[in-house]
Amino acid sequence: MTKPNAVAIEITSTMNSQSVAPEEYFVEEEPYYESSGDEIAVFEAAYRNKLPVLLKGPTGCGKTRFMEFMAWRLKRPLITVSCHDDLTASDLVGRFLVKGGETVWVDGPLARSVRSGAICYLDEIVEARKDTMVVIHPLADDRRVLPMEKLGALLEADDDFCLAISYNPGYQSVLKDLKQSTRQRFVALNFEYPHAELERRIVANESGVAAPIAENLIKFAHMTRNLKGSGLEEGASTRLLVHAGKLIASGIAPVTACRSAIAQAITDDDDMLKAIQELSSSLF
Amino acid sequence: MAADTPLTAEQIEHDLDVCLELEFTFLNIGGISQLLSVQSREEQEFLLGWTRRIATTNIQIAYQFLRRAPDLLKRMDRRVMETWALHAMDTYDRVGLHAAMQIIRDVNQFMQHKHAHAAAAVFDDVRGILLNFVHGLSGRALKLEQGDAAYTDSETLYLPAVIAQLPDANDNFSLSKAMVAMLWAQTRYGTFQVDISQALHAYPDEHHALQLFHSLETLRLEACIQRELPGLFRDMQGLKSALGQTNTPVWSSYAEQLANPESTAGDCLRLLEKAYHGPLPDPTCYQGELRPEAIAACMTARVEREKALFRIKLAQLASDASRIPDEANASPRPFEIREALASLASLPSLELVLDDIPVTPPDDVRQLMTSIQLDLGNIPDEYLVPAGPGEYDAMLIEEKTIDPNEVWQGTYHEEGAFFYPEWDFGRQHYRKNWCVMREREVTPVYDEFVTQTKQKHAGLLKLLRKTFEALRDENRMLKRQAQGDEIDIDALVESLADASDGREMSDRLFIRAHRNERNIAVMFMVDMSGSTRGWINDAERESLVLLCETLETLGDRYAIYGFSGTTRKRCELYRIKQMDEPYNDTVRARISGIRPQDYTRMGFAIRHLSKLLHGVEARTKLLITLSDGRPDDYNDNYRGRYGIEDTRQALIEAKRLGIHPFCITIDQEAREYLPHMYGAVNYTVIDEVPKLPLKVAGIYRRLTM
Ligand SMILES: Nc1ncnc2c1ncn2[C@@H]1O[C@H](COP(=O)(O)OP(=O)(O)OP(=O)(O)O)[C@@H](O)[C@H]1O
Ligand SMILES: [Mg+2]
Repeated sequence: MTKPNAVAIEITSTMNSQSVAPEEYFVEEEPYYESSGDEIAVFEAAYRNKLPVLLKGPTGCGKTRFMEFMAWRLKRPLITVSCHDDLTASDLVGRFLVKGGETVWVDGPLARSVRSGAICYLDEIVEARKDTMVVIHPLADDRRVLPMEKLGALLEADDDFCLAISYNPGYQSVLKDLKQSTRQRFVALNFEYPHAELERRIVANESGVAAPIAENLIKFAHMTRNLKGSGLEEGASTRLLVHAGKLIASGIAPVTACRSAIAQAITDDDDMLKAIQELSSSLF
Repeated sequence: MAADTPLTAEQIEHDLDVCLELEFTFLNIGGISQLLSVQSREEQEFLLGWTRRIATTNIQIAYQFLRRAPDLLKRMDRRVMETWALHAMDTYDRVGLHAAMQIIRDVNQFMQHKHAHAAAAVFDDVRGILLNFVHGLSGRALKLEQGDAAYTDSETLYLPAVIAQLPDANDNFSLSKAMVAMLWAQTRYGTFQVDISQALHAYPDEHHALQLFHSLETLRLEACIQRELPGLFRDMQGLKSALGQTNTPVWSSYAEQLANPESTAGDCLRLLEKAYHGPLPDPTCYQGELRPEAIAACMTARVEREKALFRIKLAQLASDASRIPDEANASPRPFEIREALASLASLPSLELVLDDIPVTPPDDVRQLMTSIQLDLGNIPDEYLVPAGPGEYDAMLIEEKTIDPNEVWQGTYHEEGAFFYPEWDFGRQHYRKNWCVMREREVTPVYDEFVTQTKQKHAGLLKLLRKTFEALRDENRMLKRQAQGDEIDIDALVESLADASDGREMSDRLFIRAHRNERNIAVMFMVDMSGSTRGWINDAERESLVLLCETLETLGDRYAIYGFSGTTRKRCELYRIKQMDEPYNDTVRARISGIRPQDYTRMGFAIRHLSKLLHGVEARTKLLITLSDGRPDDYNDNYRGRYGIEDTRQALIEAKRLGIHPFCITIDQEAREYLPHMYGAVNYTVIDEVPKLPLKVAGIYRRLTM
């Protein structure tokens, strides 16, 4: 048996290669987004100045929707990566693959955004492994370069490229806190659950329920948010209210919809479930 | 004898002779044993079992229980009977024999309305749900406790131990919920915004007036609930009709007048002038009681405290807001309050404004604002002036951080302490709030101890570092993976060769870092009892130094607390290193300063440290006890089986929280009882304390691999 004594490694161009596909698209139609302050103007100004943006806020309060809206408004493609605790720098930057005996380099979503001038949105950044920060830092200051260690290259960002990350400060945990050296690179936008009137409009609009039902759903949400810290990690998000609204709009009884779409989603604790059940049946 | 053959009177007498210690107590049990002997074996076991359990607390209570119980068995649900017995024991724990005997004697009152059947809502069962329920409703964060009736002092809601007016379990639960809701409504809709006691002075029969006022308020609050919580209101109507309660025509007309959303407690006082001369209606089933003295005492203290606290917080907010440093010293300008625009919240939401700029108050200030609003209806102008420097005595206001040393001295009191239950194996139940616990500081001793220890054990330390580093580097590289960050050149070469030989080519060509990101939190609970005096104490301190030095290389989070105490009323945990405190000179000096104290009561320490550990976010949580011996305490029965069983129970509770408990001990006799407490694999006995860090490494490996 003879073994070849050298292996040719060829780096092919990246654009037509396929990797684990992130959601990438131009947002064609205007997404429905209710603004609750000056976040649109601030984001735009940051974008024009090539500053990266940090969206802070609890889950399901409209951060992703906002990004879609901004992508549409700025007419840039949006590449979203949901970070998880197995996500490594290579997952973002890219890696070699072996295909039919050849070694092929494949860009990760971040590298693709950097080259093509897309908006790259890294959702829940603190969940990712610590080594991802190494590649984000040089992108997030005025160097605007992506180190591609495996290729021994620095990729300069396209002028239209924009980096946005999200972070939920509610899960206060020392392990998963965003480091000062990271957060101080970003323009921060604070998101909260919309105020009652606005949230009611969103829920009615998104789910199609009548205003009085939407109003009761908001009251119920506030009850669960009162429970945050005394037994609940997080109250019901706008997203869950939209879910419950949709069930109700399809004919499910409100109390049942609240149980299935909201209560079961926010807790497994028996006493808490029963209490939340009592709260929703008090309202409807 | 078959297991279901009833016991004879003699057998029963023999049993009681032992548990009631007849030899000394001379209690007369002749009639009782006769009575018992005609009951079924199963009933006998139930009654004797509980008599035995109560007797471990107090024999007189057990005897009085036994005298009444056979008769009660016919008309009382067993669960209610158990609640009754436990309630008597709790009362004994809290206030003594006299009150406990009262509860045993007044069994009918305990049962309330004599419907103590299987469908009862028992406080301990419903408390968890109802507490969450009130917290979900808006307003002040209320507490929920068991009391002698349903009433509130405006901060704590009290419910009776058993609610059993209705034949159906769901209805009794609904009733308890309705009671809680009515009490909440009093705090929420301003019942206490009038001075009730003073208003009632005008009436010759104050008691009568109070009850009328309470009934009128109930009508008003029902209307509030109908508006805000229509589903709950329907439930409450259902309860009333199940119990056949209706309003008389006169009272229906009162109800109509009070249904106006603008009605206040003041309107009820005005209606009282009319109603006073009429008859008193039956109280609504969920009405509970109104106790103006309890309310007044609680409110006076709160109003004063919150005013001061609020003004101090405003002063902080004002100085945070002023960007020019000098301005901070200028005399403070008052804040303003504006009503925030359109809100669905039923309580008007207020906006805090300084110099025309809205200020977002932090959560605690927001809660204060709510509480003040509930007491006074609004936030008065004088509240909006930030407190000047030194205007208030900080002692009056701040979360009471009292020096534990002072608290223990002189007249004993329990302010600012934590309370923990203790498992009484005789009773087969907890003693509530049994241990009074405080956290204290170890007095740091800045000396050469740590340096000397490091020198003395330099060799061992090196070994330990290696061992722990190996643990850390268990992030090893996995070869021949289907996916990975690097190409496995060896595998690639081989498979290319395979391919050129016409064989199938493997796709396992990558190297992947096996990243077992460490996510551990460890709590060390160190025995500081008097028995560690001497070499054990030195050895403990040395091994803590070695532990810290090595754990630092892992970068894991860990905390160290010492435990000791004298009796249940003085349980102490000594902070040596808190979870996220760096291992610095102070911590080193505290380790050096660890001194043997008193006794080894363990349950409270495990419970408190489990609670702390539970609050930490980590995938793996370890509670490691370093101890020289078995649980023991001064002059009470913590020695022996009682202490072992309580410790075991506390460990079971810890496991339920997902914590892994371990014990490292140098008590050579520990093998007798440690398996019972910790389980066979979760303890280790060592003969030389410097071996301890190695053991810890072993435990780590077992848990994290
Ligand atoms: N301001 C808003 N305008 C329109 N819809 C909204 C708004 N806020 C929330 N929503 C609704 O809530 C849903 C959840 O919002 P979104 O997915 O943007 O949450 P998120 O903040 O990205 O949550 P996560 O942190 O979990 O990713 C949206 O699908 C939309 O229906
Ligand atoms: Mg999202």
